Amino acid sequence: MVGANPEAVIETRGLRRVFKSRQRQVEAVVGVDLNVSAGEIFGFLGPNGAGKTTTLRMLATLLPPSGGTARVAGCDLATQQDRIRDRIGYVGQAGGSDREITGRTELIFQGCLYGMSTAAAQTRAAELIDMLELEGAADRKTGTYSGGQKRRLDIGLGLVHGPKLLFLDEPTTGLDPQSRARVWDEVRRMHDRGTTVFLTTHYLDEADALCDRVAIIDYGKIVAEGTPEELKRAIAGDVVTFSVAGEQRRALELIQGEPFVREARLENGSVHLYVDRGEQAMPAILRLLDGANLQLLTVELHRPSLDDVFLRQTGRSLRESPA
Amino acid sequence: MKLLRDTWLVFGRYFGLLIHNPVWIALGVLQPLLYLILFAPLLKPIASMRGFGPGGAYNVFVPGLLVQLGMFGAAGVGFSLIAELRMGVIERLRVTPVSRVALLLGRALRDVISIVVQSLILILLALPFGLSIHPVGIVIVLALIGLIGLLTASVAYAVALAVRSEDSYAPIVFTSALPILLLSGVLLPLGLAPQWLRNIAAVNPLSYAVDAARAIFNDSLGDPSVAKGVAIMVVLSVIAVVIGARQFGRAVA
Repeated sequence: MVGANPEAVIETRGLRRVFKSRQRQVEAVVGVDLNVSAGEIFGFLGPNGAGKTTTLRMLATLLPPSGGTARVAGCDLATQQDRIRDRIGYVGQAGGSDREITGRTELIFQGCLYGMSTAAAQTRAAELIDMLELEGAADRKTGTYSGGQKRRLDIGLGLVHGPKLLFLDEPTTGLDPQSRARVWDEVRRMHDRGTTVFLTTHYLDEADALCDRVAIIDYGKIVAEGTPEELKRAIAGDVVTFSVAGEQRRALELIQGEPFVREARLENGSVHLYVDRGEQAMPAILRLLDGANLQLLTVELHRPSLDDVFLRQTGRSLRESPA
Repeated sequence: MKLLRDTWLVFGRYFGLLIHNPVWIALGVLQPLLYLILFAPLLKPIASMRGFGPGGAYNVFVPGLLVQLGMFGAAGVGFSLIAELRMGVIERLRVTPVSRVALLLGRALRDVISIVVQSLILILLALPFGLSIHPVGIVIVLALIGLIGLLTASVAYAVALAVRSEDSYAPIVFTSALPILLLSGVLLPLGLAPQWLRNIAAVNPLSYAVDAARAIFNDSLGDPSVAKGVAIMVVLSVIAVVIGARQFGRAVA
């Protein structure tokens, strides 16, 4: 039942979206159940085309759902869109500032759209410019901004009215590492002030480092959900990745029957093994391969990453998904 | 109240962008001015023909030019909207509680102001050529042209939001605008046209606007065609604004 949890800032049940084109119907979001609590940084992780942006746009009142129910910021998505708009901020992938307008003018205009007086909007714009360290750029047209400055302004536009829930659609895509780190800092500062942040990303390290909880979405469905730690722990043990000269399949068949192997699969030209104790499995693997005259080319032992979670749930590696 | 405030805010944003590029206002006047200088003189010999209508060549031709300016001046406004869709500006505005009607009306009113200014410039420039008009007539004709601009801009924005690409927008808008203009008798009065052409023109709402504009320039402000033309444009503009505002509310990608 939607609305049962008073702590929830976002609560959806069976949220769906179908796009109809001339020839066919595409189910972009198949049925998403989400619970995002107040104050969380919630990450929506998935490859391009998985339905992340579509879900986000539905929750931000930009796109009517084809089915399901949702409550956002305490209001019903189907009937209280205006109240939701008062309470949320949204920063789309494209940003949203006009190249021909200065950053300060954009911030003031945005404040006025939320009902502030011009004086209040000017004060708020100055605050945000200070907070986001845009002093040098604020009175230039946004067309002259660097990627990082532009993204900080876009985030500022989403924060003008002090929303309690902020949606960020791929906030660091296309940014250099330094700008990326600054956006992360900004998100953490919002979190410290009590803002709930719902962001999408296709970067595993971003989800891992930034998010309190993560939902992994693939083909419009959530395939796993939890804290990054829980998700990784669900793949108990370690991951051994190796490749041999010649037929990888032979190596896979040789190893997969062994008792210490919980799961084995072939992925991108190497064998992935999920094992209970990596340091004990390694010598056994080497012995087996040696005995079968298979020459080992590469071998790696690591703790499970979110990519392993993704691989395990979807059968594909997020790193190798076409960008 | 909120609608008025929001419309004023949105108008202010786009008017500011226009003021930073006033060259567009001058360029908008250039084309009708060329018609006035290079084409209107050809009409002098035929102005006495039966069916051309009273008032002399310029008093018949300039009203048509103004209607053309009202329509073509607003037909291209969708291009900037498509650019804004790409920059994410429209999505950003749609996520705020701003009125959807204001998102359309604020922009369209900026276009109307631009067209009215251009029309006034054109009328003043035509006076030395022999155009004559009553000051009250100028006010009414500017209101009429403004309505044509509002109607066309609203339709143009609705089309731009629906197709979302310049490649589809340009052919749709410009290939439909030309026959509508030609079938309203903007260049030459339909009094000269064969009956079949007049029959088609009778169902073209814009031809009533042209009739109204000509009657105003003929100092017949009380002529029923004036009220009729204005009324038709008011009704169509309201419908177009409603449709355009709906598109702003929807704008599904």
